[in-house]
Amino acid sequence: MNKESTAVDLAQQAAAGDNFTAAYDIERIRADFPILKQKVYGKPLVYLDNGASAQKPRQVLDAMNEAYETYYSNVHRGVHWTSQTSTEAFEGSRKKVAAFLNAVSENEIIFTRGATEAINLVAASWGGANLNPGDEVILSHMEHHSNIVPWQILRQQKGIELKIVPIDDDGNFLFDEYQKMLSEKTKMVAVTHVSNALGTIVPVVDVIRLAHDKGALVLLDGCQAVPHMAVDVQALDADFYVFSGHKLYGPTAIGVLWGREDLLNAMPPYQSGGDMISSVTFEKTTFKKSPHRFEAGTPAITEAIGLGAAIDYVGAVGLGSISAHEQGVLQYASERLQAVEGLRIIGQAREKASIISFVIDGIHAHDLGTFVDRAGVAVRVGHHCAQPVMERYGIAATARASFGLYNTREEVDVLTDALIQAKEFFG
Amino acid sequence: MFDELRDLYQEVILDHGKSPRNFRTLENATCLAHGNNPICGDMLVVYLTLDDDRRLADVAFQGQGCAISVASASMMTEILKGKTRDEAKRLYKGFHDMCTKDGFDVSELGDFDEDAIDRLKMLSGVREFPIRVKCATLAWHTMQAAVDGEENISTE
Ligand SMILES: Cc1ncc(COP(=O)(O)O)c(C=O)c1O
Repeated sequence: MNKESTAVDLAQQAAAGDNFTAAYDIERIRADFPILKQKVYGKPLVYLDNGASAQKPRQVLDAMNEAYETYYSNVHRGVHWTSQTSTEAFEGSRKKVAAFLNAVSENEIIFTRGATEAINLVAASWGGANLNPGDEVILSHMEHHSNIVPWQILRQQKGIELKIVPIDDDGNFLFDEYQKMLSEKTKMVAVTHVSNALGTIVPVVDVIRLAHDKGALVLLDGCQAVPHMAVDVQALDADFYVFSGHKLYGPTAIGVLWGREDLLNAMPPYQSGGDMISSVTFEKTTFKKSPHRFEAGTPAITEAIGLGAAIDYVGAVGLGSISAHEQGVLQYASERLQAVEGLRIIGQAREKASIISFVIDGIHAHDLGTFVDRAGVAVRVGHHCAQPVMERYGIAATARASFGLYNTREEVDVLTDALIQAKEFFG
Repeated sequence: MFDELRDLYQEVILDHGKSPRNFRTLENATCLAHGNNPICGDMLVVYLTLDDDRRLADVAFQGQGCAISVASASMMTEILKGKTRDEAKRLYKGFHDMCTKDGFDVSELGDFDEDAIDRLKMLSGVREFPIRVKCATLAWHTMQAAVDGEENISTE
């Protein structure tokens, strides 16, 4: 493994001392991400599409390579050294995720393919077993399609009702409306922690408190939260929390469902097969407890190990420092972009993570995306898998810059200049 | 940086994108179809009036989209007016090939207005921007669906 001192080493050293705040060394951090040296069309890559997927630090790539090159094998199945070593690393990652979310136990951490699969798991397993006709599930108007469609399918199968908490023009979650929707019929509140399309941070502590008052459970979609802020599922008092590894500087095809252990052990399996049973006879199969009950088949072993490394990385830099850095970039970007004539920021909620959606009068987002791409800038354009949000604002698409721990104000300048040029170009 | 972008966004394209021709509904359309590109949210409706000998007496469209998709729709309505269904289908296929295959020339397609063909050729710049091919072809897929009597198409 690489012995050069890295941002993580430095951050760990700094964290050991007490003057950690000075340690946000952006150059060191950027040096950890090999892709940031890449040129596109002869220009430095300015990667502002972290909301879709974040880039990977060398520490993650090294951890995955090391696994493949030195100890890879299937997990939970072998008496041999490679299988035991792989199992330790894989289960070690589960412990890291548990600590990352401040879960009570690693038995509450289920590895999935991503947030999408995690939500589908809860909807199918918990929803399938617990919901009856007339029961209500509350979502917000800001949900990603992956937190809408599984509940719609359940509505079809079970005759449940879906209630949608509206948002105001700035993209704030309308808490009063939410309060009015809650009733004894409410069985589940499934809302995003941070909106991927607007950046809004939803007041989840209060959302959860009120839901629990009515006896409803709460699932939080943390995809856009975990890269930007420390999350403590016990302090939140949540029931389920999901996120995807690839937006947290880890690999794709690995994600997390956290759930309270008592809930998980009362839920039926989602998929079935190897690794999730205690015993099988042709008469009767007994299922393992969580997490293995929900991890049928060979899991994404190396990806889980990579996710563990990503969590180490983010932890060493420090989510407090990351958040402070990103909020600075967000504020700077909001000011610079707002000064571009004809540009309108969609989503100006009181509390936001470092995501800015915008439109420019007379230029379609798709054309903007193509234009700034040639300046080396990667932004997402489209509806961001949140069509209800687009429809709420009467637009077809936005361009979205989403900032990660390695983005800088200079990169905001490159984006802004490219947008000004685009305005001239499309005139 | 502007050079490659100019190949895609030629003046004529920007002009049609900003001031699309035949951008209206046809009250007495004999066929219409909705097209949408779910990736970028573009939505078009293409209206056709077919006369007795299966000619496209009038062609129009409405909707919203990027400069490429709107320009392509606008140019399409111009070139197809007065053509037969079969000619329209032939041009659809030719245009599609031009947007996806190197060296394909729509001039070979036969008896179409030369200026209009020249304008269409400008859209071949999308070949260098593969993600934008669907923008250029959306209106054409939709027109084809309208001619065939299908009502909804999606380019995904
Ligand atoms: C808020 C939110 N929820 C869910 C998802 C789905 O994540 P994945 O595609 O990794 O399952 C995303 C990703 O775009 C997201 O931003």
